[in-house]
Amino acid sequence: MRNFSALIDGLVFMPARNGKIRLLADFFATTPDPDRGWALAALTESLVFHEAKPAAIRQLVATRVDPELFALSYDYVGDLAETVALIWPERPERANSLPPSLTEVVETLRATKRGQVMGLVEGWLDTLDSSGRFALLKLITGSLRVGVSARLAKTALAEWGKVDLGDLEECWHGLTPPYADLFAWLEGKSDRPAAGKGAGFRPLMLSHPLEEEDMAGLDPADYAAEWKWDGIRVQLAARGGERRIYSRTGDDVSGAFPDIADHMTFDAVLDGELLVARDEGEIAPFNDLQQRLNRKTVTAAMLKEFPAWVRLYDILFDGEEDLRSLPFTERRARLERWHDAVRPRRMDLSPLVPFEGWEALKGLREGSRENSIEGLMLKRKDSVYVAGRPKGPWFKWKRGALTLDTVLMYAQRGHGKRSSYYSDFTFGVWRGEELVPVGKAYFGFTDAELVELDRWVRNRTTRRYGPVREVEPGLVLEVAFDSVHPSNRHKSGLAMRFPRVHRIRWDKPAAEADRLETLQAMVVG
Amino acid sequence: MKVCSEGLYVEPGGFYVDPLRPVERAVVTHGHSDHARPGHAHVLATAGTLAIMRQRLGEGAGATTQTLDYGEAIRIGDVTVRLVPAGHVLGSAQVVLEHEGTRVVVSGDYKRRFDRTCAPFEPVPCDVFITEATFGLPVFRHPPDLGEIDKLLHSLSIFPERSHVVGAYALGKCQRVISLLRAAGYDRPIYLHGALEPICKLYEGFGVPLGELRPATVAAKEELKGALVLAPPGAVADRWARRLTDPVVAMASGWMRVRQRARQRGVELPLVISDHADWDELTQTLDEVSAPEVWVTHGREEALVHHATQRGIRARALALVGFEEEGA
Repeated sequence: MRNFSALIDGLVFMPARNGKIRLLADFFATTPDPDRGWALAALTESLVFHEAKPAAIRQLVATRVDPELFALSYDYVGDLAETVALIWPERPERANSLPPSLTEVVETLRATKRGQVMGLVEGWLDTLDSSGRFALLKLITGSLRVGVSARLAKTALAEWGKVDLGDLEECWHGLTPPYADLFAWLEGKSDRPAAGKGAGFRPLMLSHPLEEEDMAGLDPADYAAEWKWDGIRVQLAARGGERRIYSRTGDDVSGAFPDIADHMTFDAVLDGELLVARDEGEIAPFNDLQQRLNRKTVTAAMLKEFPAWVRLYDILFDGEEDLRSLPFTERRARLERWHDAVRPRRMDLSPLVPFEGWEALKGLREGSRENSIEGLMLKRKDSVYVAGRPKGPWFKWKRGALTLDTVLMYAQRGHGKRSSYYSDFTFGVWRGEELVPVGKAYFGFTDAELVELDRWVRNRTTRRYGPVREVEPGLVLEVAFDSVHPSNRHKSGLAMRFPRVHRIRWDKPAAEADRLETLQAMVVG
Repeated sequence: MKVCSEGLYVEPGGFYVDPLRPVERAVVTHGHSDHARPGHAHVLATAGTLAIMRQRLGEGAGATTQTLDYGEAIRIGDVTVRLVPAGHVLGSAQVVLEHEGTRVVVSGDYKRRFDRTCAPFEPVPCDVFITEATFGLPVFRHPPDLGEIDKLLHSLSIFPERSHVVGAYALGKCQRVISLLRAAGYDRPIYLHGALEPICKLYEGFGVPLGELRPATVAAKEELKGALVLAPPGAVADRWARRLTDPVVAMASGWMRVRQRARQRGVELPLVISDHADWDELTQTLDEVSAPEVWVTHGREEALVHHATQRGIRARALALVGFEEEGA
């Protein structure tokens, strides 16, 4: 456990991505199998222990620590695992017992019956130091949150093993923890493990934001344009009888979208945008899609109310045939042919947007205030489909943001590294003499501004509701957002899409902030 | 004894302890800026505290000042006043007040562990104990100091090409870290940010040996590779630190115990070294002074009040504003 907890501590304190990669590479190089494999599984969230829920951990700590003192501490620290790790009363008589290895923890938990887990955890907590306790608790609750995505872990593996990241991604879905075959390959002791035969994830091709200065160097004739849909990117993989829907990071979300999976009766790998659409292609606002996200399962009522739809824009495999090395225009032709032939239900094609020159395209982009459109995508006609985010072949060109002067109403403490700062802000606009909340934002400001905002909130608090502070109406936040939609979830009847703090208007009196009517006029679609 | 906007007022003596605004008569526990404020007409404190105040505040240290040695008693109005070591920083004192057979002790800021840069805390049994609670939550348990210093020395041995810059408050923490490094056998020169130099000189003048200190600001870039540099916490992440080559950023503070706090400060090497009592020391001290009544001030009062109440002590939180985290 010691190597693992040192890694977790190191990652927590390492802000730099490259530093994290170095720490991970060092760990993989110096930790034996199967410990390193289990650690990798933990980092990529491939380990789930159903019995160790946060509620069970709270119950356990309540048997050892005064609940009031625990509650105050938890409120201050803001993270359950860290609070328990720090507050856990050490038993001097246990100091000489050997703490468990990571493998022992994982294998024991896997072999243990429901109901006996917390007893084991208690014993381990008594033998570990506070770093070890932190790592153990993070591990068993299944959310390490050390600023390492599955992708970053894979990047570190690829760099350490001197292999191509795309190669690693290709075989990833055929692998299972503790990944002995993967490490053997990375250490040059064996060949690359076979790519999973089934519907494995193929790493996505991503785009760069288009900057104004980029455009001068680009020839419009080299690019095809499509609308950028306001949904979530998905990969539909239907191979050898297996059907999978993956998010852009390769998470399998098939279980949440049976209304799509049911219609994947073909043999192909497709790239597209997941949306909610009623009446065959009538796209609903993003808020509707949000009802379907971050769920493992879905109810019949939700399927009916928020039916999913996929708007396709690329094809990676047609049957056995890998199309990724074809240029975009050829893949597009194949996609259209394939779609004509197969006609899958709950799916359609994202149309190409014809245009003459950048100026004309700019006009199209600004003119598109439809709910479901975020802007434009530009794809080089000769671009092959490659993993990652190469600069040049694909650009996203979001339309300009809307802005509104709002008044700060409530602030809530953040999480993670912001756990002692008031960093989540609810803001409102005037309706007559009263303020009505219209949205919430928690980024768009610098760390230095956050310190100022935090101080402002603490000094101007008028009421407290648990972690939330109500503040006097005295600070204007200029908020930027992509669009605004009717919503019955908010008192104002409106919901903003992607709001962020654009500027803090320390200078502007709250009475001069915008009115609800102004926001209502921005509703489209 | 009462709390007003100027701070803690001792009515039968007509003076304040660590007042927040200029007053006629002040007793000051120690030299940190949230306790030793400028502009009082008359200031009573230890020689160490007065020297620190003169250096930091100049004329503002007080129109007239009066030294009171540890243990010596003085009568102010109807109150007998003594200053007793608090173990926080050089010159730091608890204020022991006696009036009509009742003894009240104002702890000021204090710690209980060994520190060769200042006199150790002495528990004084009393009727009312007014305690600080900077680290008044059971998650704050400071590990042994030398273990933290070992972490720093270990990092220096792994990254011999990187400067190690340690954020440390100018008064107290800086000298304590240096003194701990010397005790751990580190005898190379230690480089200082300009803001730390005057107090180090002052400590040396009071007989605290700190070994060879050099100014970091004029040192050649090459010389600072692999060197230990101390700077105020604010300078560590500021433009000042650009003169250092790929520095390891460390911070010496009790707050470093909480990972997320350390992360917020961009600290790569957190060192849990504090000049305040941790939770165990706070509760141990309540036991030792065995006061039937405890007032808890600046810090996380609620938890300590709860703990004291559970033990049958009458406890309440004292709403004193204006105390910040300097020296934590």
